[in-house]
Amino acid sequence: MERTLNFDVVRRFVRGPVISAQAGWPIEGAPVTVLFGPSGSGKTTVLRALAGLDRPDSGTITFDGETWFDSARAIDVPPQARRVGLLFQDYALFPHLSVAANIGYGLHRLGRAAREARVAELADRLGVSELLPRHPAELSGGQRQRVALARALAPRPRLLLLDEPLSALDAPTRELLRGELRQLLEQALVPAIVVTHDRLEALALGDRLAVLVDGAIRQVGPVHEVFSSPMDVEVARVVGTENVLPARLVRREGGLVVVRTGGPSGAELVAVDPGGVEDETYACIRAEEVVLETDDRHASSAQNRLPGVVAARRDEGPLSRITVACGVRLVALVTRASADRLELQLGSPVSAAIKAPAVRIVARRT
Amino acid sequence: MDVAALILSVELAALTTAILLALGLPLAWWLVTSRWRAKFLVEAVVALPLVLPPTVLGFYLLVGLGPHSPAGRLFAAAAGHPFPFSFTGLLVASVLYSLPFAVQPFAGALAGVDRRLVEASHTLGVSRLATFFRVTLPLAWPGVVAGAVLAFAHTLGEFGVVLMVGGNIPGRTRTLSVAIFDHVEALEYAAAHRTAGLLLAISFAVLALVYALQRRTVLQWNGR
Repeated sequence: MERTLNFDVVRRFVRGPVISAQAGWPIEGAPVTVLFGPSGSGKTTVLRALAGLDRPDSGTITFDGETWFDSARAIDVPPQARRVGLLFQDYALFPHLSVAANIGYGLHRLGRAAREARVAELADRLGVSELLPRHPAELSGGQRQRVALARALAPRPRLLLLDEPLSALDAPTRELLRGELRQLLEQALVPAIVVTHDRLEALALGDRLAVLVDGAIRQVGPVHEVFSSPMDVEVARVVGTENVLPARLVRREGGLVVVRTGGPSGAELVAVDPGGVEDETYACIRAEEVVLETDDRHASSAQNRLPGVVAARRDEGPLSRITVACGVRLVALVTRASADRLELQLGSPVSAAIKAPAVRIVARRT
Repeated sequence: MDVAALILSVELAALTTAILLALGLPLAWWLVTSRWRAKFLVEAVVALPLVLPPTVLGFYLLVGLGPHSPAGRLFAAAAGHPFPFSFTGLLVASVLYSLPFAVQPFAGALAGVDRRLVEASHTLGVSRLATFFRVTLPLAWPGVVAGAVLAFAHTLGEFGVVLMVGGNIPGRTRTLSVAIFDHVEALEYAAAHRTAGLLLAISFAVLALVYALQRRTVLQWNGR
């Protein structure tokens, strides 16, 4: 039987929204699932219910065949018995304990020697060995995050929950740690759920995306799939009108990178090098940044010019959403007047032009 | 010099403080964590000694635990002597009278501990009780010390309840404050001066020590 996490969490807040989130996914192979949604959509409620810190008003939670919560059968496994690692938004390190004591905190069942060995092992893996005698007050934001991660991983949790793991950091550190956190999560070999409202974070960290809108989970799927083809208008509004294309690095030249999207028959895109790109990346292009042209003789500054045909056209008020098949499927948002002027219909030849700075590359370090 | 009275006062204050630590901490923890709707009634009862004249508390203790009440007979059977005019009686009265001075700082300190630290401990597999001793209490320590010292100092200086419940038996219920009252009544101002000065010095030294300790902890906390 496939190992899965399934939950149906219902929680009513006085004078607030009703959270009724139901979803499930396989946990084999330790994938990272991003719980994505705007603030107030119920992400943290779901996370806290999974950890056992808040009791849902009704519903069920099962993990790997084990029932953690079932309101009908009055089952509510306490957090201590769920073996879940939780990374708090501001890391919640114990201020009165050293880094070593923080990491070893959940290892009270081990003997002294075994505990010290495990602390040393995790400190080494997370690169915080030099910090062991220090106190949390003496650490930088990035160091705190690693210590908190080491502390959560030390008792070998079965599920790792991360609540906005990068939001407590300043912007430059966040950029730096995004890729690093992905690497750490992969090495941990524990299925993880990351709560975030940040697109780049979702792209950089997740294998799978679960989109929460108004307390309900609306779509679950591979990250780029959910971003590229949201199932309804509300999901599209939440994830933004973006083309998210899995891509591979082809070459670097003069501050720019060339990536190939859509496999061998796909298209090459030139983008600005964000640094840290190794092999696997996502190329993200907002639909409103894609310019459509039918006449390929005029000169343009756009670095990317992909010839193709119109694969779909949907008019939305004054705007038209045109899907162009040009090796990859690219969505462009243009005015309806322009779409009519260019006589864009299903099958009409058209080129998509995108300036290199409009192609945002998100590194996925593995 | 009222050495016997001094020893008795310190003994009473120390025992009262110890009992208040043992009873007051769980009570404060319950007040902080309980979601019971009628909790406010308990909070009001705990705070009563702050506003009641000590004579009222002493009067009801005498009525409720006197030799003519069922509770008083139970007390006499358990303690081997009647409630009034005994050291044990004094101790019970002191604990009740100093309850808010200990429980309120305790509750404030416990409530001030970041909830997420407690939750982090729970998710790391540590039981609620162990979390209390490993996280909550160490972090609430300055407040707990403050509560204990306040209870100690308050018991040292209590007068009305002692007189009502304990009377004035040298070596058994005659505390420093009662001794001072005696001296003044008897116009022995020199003896009153010595005893009052001693009480003033002890009280000041204890409070100064607490604030000195608090100060250092606060500085340490600000650094995080």
